[in-house]
Amino acid sequence: MKYWARIGTYIIIGVGMIFMIAPFIWLLSTASKPPHEIFTYPPRLIPNDISLLENIREVFHWIPFGRFFLNSIIYAGTVTLSTLFLGSLAGFGFSKYRFPGRDVIFILILGSMMVPSQVTMIPVFLQLMWLGWLDTYQGLIVPGLVSAFGIFLMRQFIMTIPNEYIDAARLDGASDFKIYWILILPLSKPALNALGIFTFMATWTNFLWPLIVISSESKKTLPLGLAYFTYQYGTYWNLLMAAVLLAIIPVIIVFLIFRRYFIKGITLTGIK
Amino acid sequence: MKYIPFINTIKIRENFTQYIRSFSYREAITGYAFIAPAGVIIIFFVIIPIIFSFGMSFYKWELIKGVKIFIGLGNYARLLKDQIFRRALFNTFYFVVGSVPLSVIPGLILAFLVDQKWFKGKSMVEVIYFLPVVIGWVEIAMVWRWLFNPNYGLFNYILSIIGLPGQHWLGNPQLAMPSIIMVHAWKMLGYNMILFLAGLRNIPELYYEAAEIDGASRWSIFRYITLPLLKNATFLVLVLNVIYSFQVFPQSFIMTQGGPYYATYVVVYNIYNTAFQFYKLGYAASMAVVLFGIILFFTILQKRFFGEVVEY
Repeated sequence: MKYWARIGTYIIIGVGMIFMIAPFIWLLSTASKPPHEIFTYPPRLIPNDISLLENIREVFHWIPFGRFFLNSIIYAGTVTLSTLFLGSLAGFGFSKYRFPGRDVIFILILGSMMVPSQVTMIPVFLQLMWLGWLDTYQGLIVPGLVSAFGIFLMRQFIMTIPNEYIDAARLDGASDFKIYWILILPLSKPALNALGIFTFMATWTNFLWPLIVISSESKKTLPLGLAYFTYQYGTYWNLLMAAVLLAIIPVIIVFLIFRRYFIKGITLTGIK
Repeated sequence: MKYIPFINTIKIRENFTQYIRSFSYREAITGYAFIAPAGVIIIFFVIIPIIFSFGMSFYKWELIKGVKIFIGLGNYARLLKDQIFRRALFNTFYFVVGSVPLSVIPGLILAFLVDQKWFKGKSMVEVIYFLPVVIGWVEIAMVWRWLFNPNYGLFNYILSIIGLPGQHWLGNPQLAMPSIIMVHAWKMLGYNMILFLAGLRNIPELYYEAAEIDGASRWSIFRYITLPLLKNATFLVLVLNVIYSFQVFPQSFIMTQGGPYYATYVVVYNIYNTAFQFYKLGYAASMAVVLFGIILFFTILQKRFFGEVVEY
């Protein structure tokens, strides 16, 4: 009985895994097909004439893929680094310093986490219009330089660092910023890892915000550029799939290298 | 004679002065300096916009016509009669009701199965199921649009092998929403599994050992130990999923563009079109406020439903 239950478990999980992986295999298969093989019936998993490299070359020829990729790196990279820096700075301030109004300000920030971004995006759009920042990198990046969630997570973590460490550093004559830089930051590594991965993932895949702010092609991020490509060349499925493949391979590689942090990050950030 | 409440203003002032004096001047300045950069960003791009958004929802505010008139609850009155918004609201509820159970329940079952002590290959299972989570919606939606292709897609091919007729998955108004729900469940399954796994790991081994000694079956262990102790984790997973599902947008934007015949037109799509295609900002703000209200309501409702925290 117990034996069958185990086999049943493996079968359920295994079938599920096929279901999870099949779309990716189909993606790889289509991305490797020359145009005349996309519409063969019955579909072949491995094309007669593997033309993945040709398709990739074609993608670079048809859309400024490199530019989109670079824009995504700039957007997600800046937002992530800044969120880590400003978030930990504020988290340190909120957890280890006493000043009038501290708790009220913190509760305000906490409360703002409950509000979905769809509520704030319309006024922020107006603000950017007034600043003349629509369709610019700064318009894309500056509103996301830090998140309420980032401040909250860092504050919760830094609170667990014993005050004695800070007192000892202060006795040694370290300045406040130096304490933050050489003591708090290294000790906050687990929280910084989790927050970094979470922020990078969310920004890299963000679609709605770039869609609203960016209109010129040279500033489009990868998701935006791909969406545009879909409408433009809707039936060239081999090229579309090759573009998708190019876009997700770096993500998959980063995920496989840092998968422990990803999974830890999700559980840490999920529990908020 | 009127009763005049006695307020000792001197005492209050003294207390306040004492409160202020209890802070070290230097410490307070440093504290403010640390929170200032983040604080400015949050105030300018989060707090002010939140207030602004509520305010805007009372205005007829149209960028193209250059109109900005206070109309009180006019936008909300209009929302009640707006057929398209009602359709979008209905579709969003349809999406939430379909997608949340479909990704949470299998996520729970998977987590329970994988968490068994004898189970081998845990990390591989985690990686495979988590893969769709790390990939963006645009890429996922593009791949599934191809899978759903009525003439050459993999789905209809598989159906034809079993001898079933092919479907216009995304082109049929009846099937479009279920198809999008299916994709959503597929993507979110791994995310929920990971969250449940974290919850399961918080349950002390002791309970399972005791149950095993008592000779409890696997089902009764799941039903009477795992489930009750997983109440907090379940609450968390549900809230996260409901909030996330209410914000559905890129799925329908890429796969169906809201169609066919508004079958997958959702609230965020409606907000996006109203604000950024027709530039009716005030009207769009009122929709966003309604969306916020609904999300808040469900968060509180679930908190009520799950009641007090289970201690162990």
